[in-house]
Amino acid sequence: MVPLNYYLLLSGFLFACGVAGFLIKRNIITIFMSIELMLNGVNLSFVAFAAHWHALSGQIFVFFVMVVAAAEAAVGLAIIIAVYRTRETLNVDQVNLLKL
Amino acid sequence: MCLRFHILITAITAVVILMSYEYMATQQIRAGEYYSLILLGAVGMCLMSSAVELVLIFIALEISSISTYVLAGFRRRAAISSEASVKYFLLGSFATAFFLYGVALMFGATGSTGISVIAQSLRAGNTSTLAFAGIALMFVGLGFKVAAAPFHIWTPDVYEGAPAPVVALMSTGPKAAVFAVLLRVLFEINAPGRLGLIWVTAALSMTLGNLSALVQHNVKRLLAYSSIAHAGYLMMAYAALPANGIPAVMFYTATYAAMNVGAFAIVSHLAGAGERYVTIEDYAGLGRRSPLLAAALSIFLLSLIGIPMTGGFFAKFYVFSAAFQNSLTGLVIIGVLNSAIGAYYYLRLLVVMYMKEGGQEIPIAPTPLALHAALAISIAATLYLGILPGRVIEFASRSVRDLTQ
Repeated sequence: MVPLNYYLLLSGFLFACGVAGFLIKRNIITIFMSIELMLNGVNLSFVAFAAHWHALSGQIFVFFVMVVAAAEAAVGLAIIIAVYRTRETLNVDQVNLLKL
Repeated sequence: MCLRFHILITAITAVVILMSYEYMATQQIRAGEYYSLILLGAVGMCLMSSAVELVLIFIALEISSISTYVLAGFRRRAAISSEASVKYFLLGSFATAFFLYGVALMFGATGSTGISVIAQSLRAGNTSTLAFAGIALMFVGLGFKVAAAPFHIWTPDVYEGAPAPVVALMSTGPKAAVFAVLLRVLFEINAPGRLGLIWVTAALSMTLGNLSALVQHNVKRLLAYSSIAHAGYLMMAYAALPANGIPAVMFYTATYAAMNVGAFAIVSHLAGAGERYVTIEDYAGLGRRSPLLAAALSIFLLSLIGIPMTGGFFAKFYVFSAAFQNSLTGLVIIGVLNSAIGAYYYLRLLVVMYMKEGGQEIPIAPTPLALHAALAISIAATLYLGILPGRVIEFASRSVRDLTQ
């Protein structure tokens, strides 16, 4: 059996990749995909912990996360289309009408 | 505790709907889905404040967030509105991912996602690194939602771009609900290491919010920075002992909701279709052109400063004294200094309104009945909390027992 730590390291790595992608990438769709990657990292650690504790609730939580992520994707892509229609670009550096 | 937050959130929603009628008419937006989104968001907020299970808290958080993402971009032909929406969406989902990771680690540390089971496990001496990391990550996610520094970057942009009634809702409703969640996460779980986290966030939010507000010209951005500063004052109460901190938090959320919704109701009315009364200079001479609106705005601004006789005074008083009783003198001193800095920019708006001439000589649209009702409710709440705070604070104190058993 693969020890728990390996799963946790992998999920932490996935989460970190997502954070790095969120901060580095400039295309809105890619940023959005990075967020999905972070959520999948979280899902992996939920499943690993569920197996560790022999608790079903962790696996059920994963289903909720997936459903919510899908709902978020639907709304998010609609918002991205709205931005593209008004600005004709998906580069975050050019979506800059509101500045600090 | 749930009941009190439900009343507050319902009241906020009702006032926001009252002020939305006029806005929707001037914007010429077909508004059916607008109202249903507001109500859906309100359901999410109520669920969030009464949830005792991290799964439900997460789902409620998402219900309220997703509907506010859409609402922020409701003027979808205006470029700034959809830009505000996309910024809010990306940073909000980023924060949610952090919150979820925190929940996952908490689940790993205790084997459960129920608040009471987690609390029991931590009281029994489970102080693993996992639990601490879980609390910290959950705090990051929730800190984003209440716009506490250093997680506040999105606030001014989103508040500037989103429609004013929506800003009135999202600067008060989801915040109140998330503060309720923080009550559970920090007080009921009795989070390890919470003092350090709160000390840093509260001090940073107050200082950054007030200092940045000093240099703003756009009124909505000014109110955005002021809301960051107020999140900082509120955070102080979480560093206090539960018996003092919980009522202080509840009183502050109610007061802040009353005065902020009122201020945004006026900003929204003056802005019309969105291009008038944008900067502080545009408000010059408002006291002469529209004495009633200017007087109402003055009450809200004085309350935001924390002048006696308004709710803002007692809100700050309870928070500061709660923190002081837990011997957080340093934090209280930072808070009091910040209130003094904060007074400057609210007073600047007041001075411009009453003592300067000029500004935009655009005739102000007559105030509709619904807006009168919205303003009357907000003013009544602000003054009631400022003159007779006793009953509300007593009502709030009852929830101490529910949370600390």
